Amino acid sequence: MVPLWMFLVVSAAVFCIGVYGVLSRRNAVAILMSIELMLNAVNINLLAFWRFVAPQNMAGQAFAAFVFVVAAAEAAVGLAIVIAVYRNRRSVIVEDVNLLRG
Amino acid sequence: MLELNASTLVFFIFAVLSIGGALGVVMSRNLIHGALFLIVSLFGGAGLFVLLAAPFMAAVQVLVYIGAIAILIIFAVMLTRSMTNMREVFNRQWWVSAIAAVILLAVLIVGVALPVWGPNGTQGDMVLSETTATIQDLGVALVDGNQFVLPFELASLLLTAAMVGAIVIARDNE
Repeated sequence: MVPLWMFLVVSAAVFCIGVYGVLSRRNAVAILMSIELMLNAVNINLLAFWRFVAPQNMAGQAFAAFVFVVAAAEAAVGLAIVIAVYRNRRSVIVEDVNLLRG
Repeated sequence: MLELNASTLVFFIFAVLSIGGALGVVMSRNLIHGALFLIVSLFGGAGLFVLLAAPFMAAVQVLVYIGAIAILIIFAVMLTRSMTNMREVFNRQWWVSAIAAVILLAVLIVGVALPVWGPNGTQGDMVLSETTATIQDLGVALVDGNQFVLPFELASLLLTAAMVGAIVIARDNE
């Protein structure tokens, strides 16, 4: 079996790629995709620690399941917001959405 | 220290799928390609879940993430005509973001490696238990009054609220 730290390194790499995407992309849909990547990295981390530290305890898997639920809710609401913004501003570029700028 | 057997090979295949797909999501100019790379990355994650003895999570990953969220993202790309403006993919501070992400990755890798190879590291000699909890245990835990029944019900409430909210926000109010 592969040791724990390799799972953690993979998870950290995916998370950092997601951070880079959130900070640098201009398209709102691409930012949402990067957030999904980060949540997926968190799930890899949770399940790796569950398997290596407490495989008889269900808390790790249950927590990962709740992360799935939150990710699904976040994607649905986020994409609805993107579509609503597109309807009003005819753009999904986040720099064009500056209605609240003073 | 790392014997080369089937599970190691499978781990590297899925790790490469996971990281490569993630890079494709961030780098691809065409958002439809980005969504397809997202599917590749999530599939790699599902493979890692199988390796971690969590087959239910892998099935949920394929059903919910790949079957629902990725398709939802592709729909959003089509509905918002995100394909028309593909000249500048990144914003002006993309290099600052890249430096920040690389620094974060370095910090995380140091934090992962020090407990293993540090001065009083464990060298990865963690004893891996053979028996793991099964899907049945997960199902019981989710509806057990002493364990996760309250978060479980709250999760269903959250999903209902998110569904209602998504419909209300995205609806054309003419």
